[in-house]
Amino acid sequence: MTAISIIARLTFREAIRRRIMLAGLVLGVAFVILFSIGTHFIFGQIAKDTAANMPSQMAANVMKAESTNAFLMMGLYATTFLSIAMAALLGADTLAGEINSGTIQTIATKPIRRADVVLGKWLGFAELLGLYVMLLCGGIVLSTFIQSGHIPQNLLIGLGLIYMESILIMTITLMLSSAFPALATGGIVFGLYGLAFIGGWVEQFGALLQNDTAIKVGIITSLIIPSESLWRRAAFEMQAPLTGTFGSPFTTTSVPSPLMMGYAFLYLIVVLFIAVRIFQARDL
Amino acid sequence: MVADAIDTHLLRKVFGDYAAVKGLTLQVEQGEVFGFLGPNGAGKTTSMKMLLGLIAPTSGEASLLGKPIGNREAMRRVGFLPEHFRFQEWLSADEFLLLHGQLLGMKKDDVLQRREELLERVGLTPFRNKHLRTFSKGMLQRVGLAQALLNRPALVFLDEPTSGLDPVGRRLVRDVIREVRAQGTSVFLNSHLLSEIEVTCDRVAFIQHGEVVRVLELASLSSDQTSVTIRVSNLAAESLNGLAQWGREIQMDGEFVHMIIASDTVLPEVTRYLVSQDAEVYSITPNRMSLEDIFIETVGKDGGL
Repeated sequence: MTAISIIARLTFREAIRRRIMLAGLVLGVAFVILFSIGTHFIFGQIAKDTAANMPSQMAANVMKAESTNAFLMMGLYATTFLSIAMAALLGADTLAGEINSGTIQTIATKPIRRADVVLGKWLGFAELLGLYVMLLCGGIVLSTFIQSGHIPQNLLIGLGLIYMESILIMTITLMLSSAFPALATGGIVFGLYGLAFIGGWVEQFGALLQNDTAIKVGIITSLIIPSESLWRRAAFEMQAPLTGTFGSPFTTTSVPSPLMMGYAFLYLIVVLFIAVRIFQARDL
Repeated sequence: MVADAIDTHLLRKVFGDYAAVKGLTLQVEQGEVFGFLGPNGAGKTTSMKMLLGLIAPTSGEASLLGKPIGNREAMRRVGFLPEHFRFQEWLSADEFLLLHGQLLGMKKDDVLQRREELLERVGLTPFRNKHLRTFSKGMLQRVGLAQALLNRPALVFLDEPTSGLDPVGRRLVRDVIREVRAQGTSVFLNSHLLSEIEVTCDRVAFIQHGEVVRVLELASLSSDQTSVTIRVSNLAAESLNGLAQWGREIQMDGEFVHMIIASDTVLPEVTRYLVSQDAEVYSITPNRMSLEDIFIETVGKDGGL
């Protein structure tokens, strides 16, 4: 086994043993159940209303698909937030906590590279988040499908982007955790996430009101932290054709370009690289 | 020629504008037990961390087992028990040792065999499946020691290995140090417990303000550094001063004279001198100077603060 995979396994097992994952999963499952109960009644009402009010069967079907998808997007938005919270919680205490407690000392004096420690942790968290996003988003999508037969378009691309957003937040957290104490790390990450969130809104409204300056503010925010643009691209990929004409944080009017997605990917790689460099240079 | 286990030249570490280690120069030979002594804040732990690659030196050079510090080839043959050790407390003792064996790059069979031997040696076999979080401080120290010896290291660093241990645990650590030394392992021992150092170490270095101020062979302690107590009466003040030609730190305490002599071979001369000065000599008792005496003499009573 390579050092990276040893550390990755250790990281994975630690999250399971220390019940961080369990807490996240219990919340996540509770959310999926709540979503299912809520949509059970809402979808029933939508089916009745559209059948009664729409001029034709075709129009009724379109309207039903549109509203079902809107609720699905709302559910996915919430699970995205939960997976981001999980990403920040997992990463915040990891390096900072082990440096502070001295646990890192017996690890870092083994014949392994310091980069192996950071990359191993990253890999372990990426596996955990993959599992988490798959369970939560999968639960929401499956629940919607069972109740209404609706499957959003470009599902895999959409879920992939949601996963990438959680990985991006986790990587930023890991980088900060290699330099700052856990509490400061958590604070900064949520601050950045808030910034991206507001920036996203400004850009959306800018697009609705056709205000170029507001759109630019949004794009600049996305360049500083591209997490929210990943969600908006994911929402764009999965949204029903008409939904895009209404603005809300759950859907998308101003669509982040593929170039922005490439930027987000590059951003992730650079942040991971910086995390390794900070940890390499640090006195333990 | 076998490379020194540790070889440092003017190793220096500055934090901001404070030099924690000013210029550490020392050599530890293969197979010796080397004690590292100094008052609190003298830079002992910082020095050890630099040697282990945990802290980057500001300047200077150092090598472990003939390789520059931080070299992975060398670290494969190094063991370390940190002072404020905190381990993955959610692991069992078994899992903990397996993990560290894997990190050392050992073959699984080898790790499992060493784990059996070491758990038995440190007396933790009955507790091998218990989580470390349930371990007492002494038990953690024992499992930490086992961890430091997994790879049959050529050089092992022990930072305060007996702190928090009961007398049985201390004896265990002392015996283990003797055993690994017999197998040719060099031991770098950082401790405040001078009595421990005295019975386990071949040589000691005194460090103060981040510099080695003295290196001492403990085997030579008995003949080199001897304090002597003379019970005498009718000794004139000038005669007392005359003792300075054979020793130093001469103190008169009632009818007892204490002094430190370079070697006990001078004692017959001292006796003749006292008799010639018409003093009444009742007894002359050479005392082997304890490491504690030397420590205080070297770093001063204020501990170099």
